[in-house]
Amino acid sequence: MTVHMPGSADELTRIIADARAARTPLSVAGGKTRAGLGRPVQAAAEISTRNLNGITLYEPAELVIAAKAGTPLREVIRTLEARGQRLPFEPMDHRRLYGTTGEPTVGGVAAGNVSGPARINLGAARDAMIGLKFVNGRGEDIKSGGRVMKNVTGLDLVKALAGSHGTLAVFHEVCFKVLPKPEAERTLVLTELDDIRAIEALSAALGSPFEPTGAAHLPAEGMSQARTLIRIEGVPSSLDYRAGQLARLLKTYGALDALAGAEAATLWADIRDAASFAGVPNPVWRVSVAPSKGAAVGAALKARGARVFYDWGGGLVWAMLGAGDDPQSAFVHAEAARHGGYATLIRASEPARLAADVFAPPAAPLMAIQRRMKSSFDPDGILNPGRMYAGL
Amino acid sequence: MTIAFPEPRAEVLAKRDRVIAALQAIVPGEGVITEENERRAFETDALTSYRRVPMVVVLPETTEQVAAIMAFCHAEGVPVVARGAGTSLCGGSIPQEDAVVLGVAKMNRVLDTNFADRTMRVQAGITNLAISGEVAHAGFFYAPDPSSQLACTIAGNVAMNSGGAHCLKYGVTANNILGLTLVTVEGEVVEIGGAALDSPGYDLIGLFVGSEGQLGVVTEVTVRILRSAEGARPVLFGFNEIAAAGRTVADIIGAGIIPVAIEYMDREAIHICEAFAKAGYPLDVEAMLIIEVEGSDAEMDATLARIVEIARRHGVSVIKESKSAMETAAIWKGRKSAFGATGRVADYICMDGTIPTGRLPEVLEGIDRIVKGYGLRVANVFHAGDGNLHPLVMFNVNDPAEQVKAEHAGEDILRLCVEVGGCLTGEHGVGIEKRDLMREQFTEVDLLQQTRIKTALDPKWILNPAKVFPLDAPRDAA
Repeated sequence: MTVHMPGSADELTRIIADARAARTPLSVAGGKTRAGLGRPVQAAAEISTRNLNGITLYEPAELVIAAKAGTPLREVIRTLEARGQRLPFEPMDHRRLYGTTGEPTVGGVAAGNVSGPARINLGAARDAMIGLKFVNGRGEDIKSGGRVMKNVTGLDLVKALAGSHGTLAVFHEVCFKVLPKPEAERTLVLTELDDIRAIEALSAALGSPFEPTGAAHLPAEGMSQARTLIRIEGVPSSLDYRAGQLARLLKTYGALDALAGAEAATLWADIRDAASFAGVPNPVWRVSVAPSKGAAVGAALKARGARVFYDWGGGLVWAMLGAGDDPQSAFVHAEAARHGGYATLIRASEPARLAADVFAPPAAPLMAIQRRMKSSFDPDGILNPGRMYAGL
Repeated sequence: MTIAFPEPRAEVLAKRDRVIAALQAIVPGEGVITEENERRAFETDALTSYRRVPMVVVLPETTEQVAAIMAFCHAEGVPVVARGAGTSLCGGSIPQEDAVVLGVAKMNRVLDTNFADRTMRVQAGITNLAISGEVAHAGFFYAPDPSSQLACTIAGNVAMNSGGAHCLKYGVTANNILGLTLVTVEGEVVEIGGAALDSPGYDLIGLFVGSEGQLGVVTEVTVRILRSAEGARPVLFGFNEIAAAGRTVADIIGAGIIPVAIEYMDREAIHICEAFAKAGYPLDVEAMLIIEVEGSDAEMDATLARIVEIARRHGVSVIKESKSAMETAAIWKGRKSAFGATGRVADYICMDGTIPTGRLPEVLEGIDRIVKGYGLRVANVFHAGDGNLHPLVMFNVNDPAEQVKAEHAGEDILRLCVEVGGCLTGEHGVGIEKRDLMREQFTEVDLLQQTRIKTALDPKWILNPAKVFPLDAPRDAA
């Protein structure tokens, strides 16, 4: 397969324009660590952003960083850390779940709207994305947004493109709003709660003035007891106060233990990356739902033999099905929809992802809008064809 | 008066009786406004120097009625201007003579409140403040707080992606919306998102929020509600030197402190607002910051101590802390009434550019130079933490030449904002006001991608016409 590795926006523009003229479908890749996300793409050629590399802007006092799409995420995170800052949305690292190697890139995070536990309070990747430069499927180099965090000039193509999985455009530069890293973090732990009570406790914490930036529930499994986790952050004196107030607020759910330091950081990284589902090939789903419906979705999936845990205060149900290649797509989507939520198949074999609805099938009028959007960016359907939906 | 309106189309005006009859069949009773003296109430918004009396006004009460209105108008090719409370500062809801104004103000109910999920489902015509009012008893609020929040509707907030003084911490409308019921131009009802954080497919909420009524009509909204902080305390910092205020802001953020609000006012704005609100603002300084922090008393004390230390390093001359809820209210009343208070002393146009905060000192000098060059005065108020500027360029509305000068000064200021890496509008929207400046910020292909989306979702371009895009903006055939 031909692999194009443009080193500039101009080169990227030319390659896509040529591919369009030849009606050659292109698959779009960054570090390929998330290649298992979405439906398999059949394309004669690949565009890699690998040579579009480097941080182009960093102004710590303005809370803004921009980088070319192929820049390793690690480099952005390290640059921010040196100045005590971070990406607010805590992006998931898919390498453990997929067993991939290589480097996740800035473009991949933007294209997948890849977010983690902190989303519950600090927003998703799409909320932090304030500027985007991209080439659409017509081979036109376009910008939207910029480097300032308040900008309502024209249609917000940045958000429209966040999470579009390379099907509308190939990004070549992304600008993010960033936040200071907190001075300290602490994770408060409740034990032995069932899913319903645990999510009630998380809702109480998230509805308190103490601003949790993580709210997860790990049900009992085998020898390990259920743990319900609330992460708070700030200056140490403030953490003492907030922990005390939360202990009072949640006293009917049991005593609160505390975790901090490396132990807590590892735990949240494991939740972020669904690490407990790593190392086996079983199908993995994420269901995004109102937190109050999370336990019901979890129960339905458990009844089919799934292992389950919850993030986003119960609003994100992670589920790994039993052994076998069948992701039971119709069942999972129906269960999610019955509770007003949306399921995404995160891990399955290529044939299974080709046969199943990886993303929740939108209602017909909604799908019609998506098709109109697709054709406005990529009228000949050359970019990542079929990645999100068959025929789109 | 430099902004052009398209000529009303005779073939649309000729259908007026038929349009009225059709609308009356869809919305019975008093929901269709036909008399000229009553239509006149809808002729403008907060950009009052421009006005056009619409052909007819319809005030539907249900999503089904909105759908039927859209289906009819689309079939007939009749322009539709959706309207919330008409508080747009950029002329986003100014009608034209051949348009139907579709007002959502009668659709103002709360449909569902869910504290466990921290969401509220509301009809689009509810006011911004009424959303917070509905949940205040439980200590919750809806975060974006535009200065017009007493009057403006969530429909208008969604259309403009409204911000406010507190979005440094809580984000703008787009960050606080989970679901929309949207009526397409063809009259189809589409549910987007809901109570979950993710929705399938492309981020249509992200696309529709801030689309200024160009892509559809929103009739219901699911918003996130948040628990209020235990306390909030604004502090006034007065500086004798403008640049010192700018450096203070940069150092606060550089130190890892994100106050819930950092508002800047210059001497002119301080005097105008103090005369109106009696907020206790210092009158003998060149610049003032209102910095608000949140949390428990001890947390606020600790954060403020760090902020005070930074301000002292930059030679702050006055520090005044709110000592009571009444003082806090007065401090915010002064800031939030800045536009209204300025309106008492002069006519003004309010700009809304955003700049990288590091360029603040030179941009302030530039604004001063531009405005003086036209022989006018300016009062500067802005959201300093995120670089969103609101220079109020003052003029005498009875002097048409001076009004033109003010408009040109405003345009020059926005060009300056774009030049230093910023944008034309941070939270008010493009509307008609900044429509013709879009090429300052966007290339032809940038604009073309936007108009292609417009054409894809509104093939006849009947939704809120002659706004956002320059009249001669590039577009493909539908």
